[in-house]
Amino acid sequence: MNPQVRPAIIAFLALSVLTGVTYPLVLGGLAWMAFPDQAGGSLIRKNGRVVGSMLIGQDFTDPGDFWGRPSATAGPDAKPLPYNGANSGGSNLSPGNPDLRQAVEARVVALQAADSEQRGPIPMDLVTASGSGLDPHISLEAAGYQVHRVAKARGLSQTQVQALVRRQTERPQLGFLGDGRVNVLKLNLALDAIQGK
Amino acid sequence: MPMAPLDFAQYALFLILVLLATVPAGRYLERIFTGDAGFLERVLGPLEKRIYQFMGVDPKAGMGWKEQAWAFSLAGLAGAAGLFALLMVQQFLPGPPSAKFLSTPMTWDLALNTAVSFATGTTWQAYSGETTLRHAVQMVGMVTQGFLAGGTGLALGMAFIRGFASRKETQDLGNFWSDFIRGVLYLLLPLALLLALVLVGQGTVMAFRDHLALTPLRGGSQLLALGPAAALESIKNLGTNGGGFFGANGAHPLANPTPLTNFLGMLAIVVLPAGLTHTFGRMTRRRDAGWMLFAVMTLLFTLGLGGLHLAEAARPSALPLAVASGPNLEGKEVRFGLAQTVLAGVATSNGACGSSAAQPGSFSPLGGGVLLFNMLLGEVAYGGLGTGLVGMLMAAVIAVFLGGLMIGRSPEYLGKAVRAKEVRLAIVYALIMPLTVLVLAAVAVSTGAGRAGFSSNPGPRQFTEVVFAYASCAANNGQAMGGLSANSPFWNLTTALAMLLGRFGTAALAFALAGALSSQRRRPRSAGSMPVGSPLFGGLLFFTVIVVTGLSFLPVLVLGPVAECLSMR
Repeated sequence: MNPQVRPAIIAFLALSVLTGVTYPLVLGGLAWMAFPDQAGGSLIRKNGRVVGSMLIGQDFTDPGDFWGRPSATAGPDAKPLPYNGANSGGSNLSPGNPDLRQAVEARVVALQAADSEQRGPIPMDLVTASGSGLDPHISLEAAGYQVHRVAKARGLSQTQVQALVRRQTERPQLGFLGDGRVNVLKLNLALDAIQGK
Repeated sequence: MPMAPLDFAQYALFLILVLLATVPAGRYLERIFTGDAGFLERVLGPLEKRIYQFMGVDPKAGMGWKEQAWAFSLAGLAGAAGLFALLMVQQFLPGPPSAKFLSTPMTWDLALNTAVSFATGTTWQAYSGETTLRHAVQMVGMVTQGFLAGGTGLALGMAFIRGFASRKETQDLGNFWSDFIRGVLYLLLPLALLLALVLVGQGTVMAFRDHLALTPLRGGSQLLALGPAAALESIKNLGTNGGGFFGANGAHPLANPTPLTNFLGMLAIVVLPAGLTHTFGRMTRRRDAGWMLFAVMTLLFTLGLGGLHLAEAARPSALPLAVASGPNLEGKEVRFGLAQTVLAGVATSNGACGSSAAQPGSFSPLGGGVLLFNMLLGEVAYGGLGTGLVGMLMAAVIAVFLGGLMIGRSPEYLGKAVRAKEVRLAIVYALIMPLTVLVLAAVAVSTGAGRAGFSSNPGPRQFTEVVFAYASCAANNGQAMGGLSANSPFWNLTTALAMLLGRFGTAALAFALAGALSSQRRRPRSAGSMPVGSPLFGGLLFFTVIVVTGLSFLPVLVLGPVAECLSMR
């Protein structure tokens, strides 16, 4: 037998114990001590009930809510199930694919029908599916585009809603990493809060 | 669209941090493998000795290239066999998530593909973690392989450096097992723990629990996959493996929650392979030669950033006019914006690490082409841990051979003659990628079993998806254009073959070349030596890398990305 066989097998077993069991358990312990909320999935509670994760988007469709991005995730039966947090993924449609063009056109029509007075150009992120299918954020432009619809449906002034969007805006990290964005679930929770819901 | 200043600042800061980290990383790597790892060695030294006792090896005993190659291959084989067994018994294992959530059946071909994939550091994933694997398998299986593949790759890199660095004629390339275990204990394990803690602080989930069924804000139901993701997310980048916890990998908000986690993850991919160029310079006592390798890598990396940025910044012409201008966001995440998406695309496609922060399947034709070209270069722009330096030095051997032909001088690199034997090994190394990718792609597009994988897109894109898949596997990268459904016996077996050739085929040649070089006495520097630290040589090396890849792959790049781009106009 090749003399390297025994070291290879033992090294694999030793690493399995050290890096496959000990390391994740130590990490898990430290993580739970230092960052219990984040380690648990950044869950959001309302009236003691878990209503979602801060990092996972939800499928909002009411005119009075801000809407998130289209999601291409599927359910266990392979049928579309937007924001399925147990089966992440994107559409994988190429930019030249006619299916993508059709999907985007349908989303444009739906957005324009939901607010016929909003005539501005539609932000790209509102009509394209995210890479994870779970994107919790929309761009500042996408939030601005929806202010009129949400304010009208909720009976609030546009200034009130705009102020709320500004308060919920997350700036680029350290001033320049990534893009400015708004967390849709948190924004809708904040809207509920000012109306005492 | 012009480059926004903030985008440019993110790229520039990244490159500056890599430059600043190269010297300390290179020095620390040298210390781990030639001396004393300092504080960590005092803490973990007894554990290291105990592991050698169990293995029955003497860490001081030198190994020749054949022993090294056996050790490298058997370590990979042990990992693959262990993971295959674990996957096949997964259904009998306890622990979350519940069997009802695991909807992807663990067939033998998927298990074989996955075992080969993780043991070779490719981490091509024909499955989605949250619908396929138990947490116990993610930890004991996937996390372990991350350290194993990363550590053995690093040990290969060190043996290769010693081949160039030896002064006298020797067979001794160091002790593979010592390099491997020391690399894991004193480098990968502490860094992985540290990085994972930062990730959790930013929001990466680290929970040992079942999927969570909840009622969202407006009613209905939502199922959330949670799990010990942070443990894998840190080592997947440090070990340049790339296979993530969730199906969406680096795009998943619970895996890569903020721009900062993305930025740090990309640094984790790049800093150690970049540092190895300095380790090489120090151990060969020719720091200028190390810096020239670094410079060529940085140039390739920077060109990739520019190319991908330009390709992805453009608004797709096919979209309706009512949509505002701006980059195509299909398959991309809002929090990363264009810059972090591009940075991740370039770092992962050049770094033998498939952990992209977006779906390459929805990239523009030329954007996908940039990723593909980076992989076809053979992962040399910093590259995989250990393997990136090997790839660049192989190209350097070819470059000095070409240079020698041009100026009529006998080729040598750092005082080691490059004779017919050395050149032959380097050429065969360079041919593995084109042979593997082109032959397998030809088989796939001409058989029904291969074409059955096309599930999303029409036209030349399908051809790109096929070439992308085999390039990714042969380069041990692992990223995929998801428009190809690759979980079938045909795809699972052919991609596994590409991964094996790309890992063990290239490694055997690398060990053989290291052996050939170490058995030469190193000749002192003279007026007749090749100036391998000069910009002139850097230019020659750069063009060698580009031309070797270009000549092999120009036809497929024209038939895939270029044809698709032209058909969209």
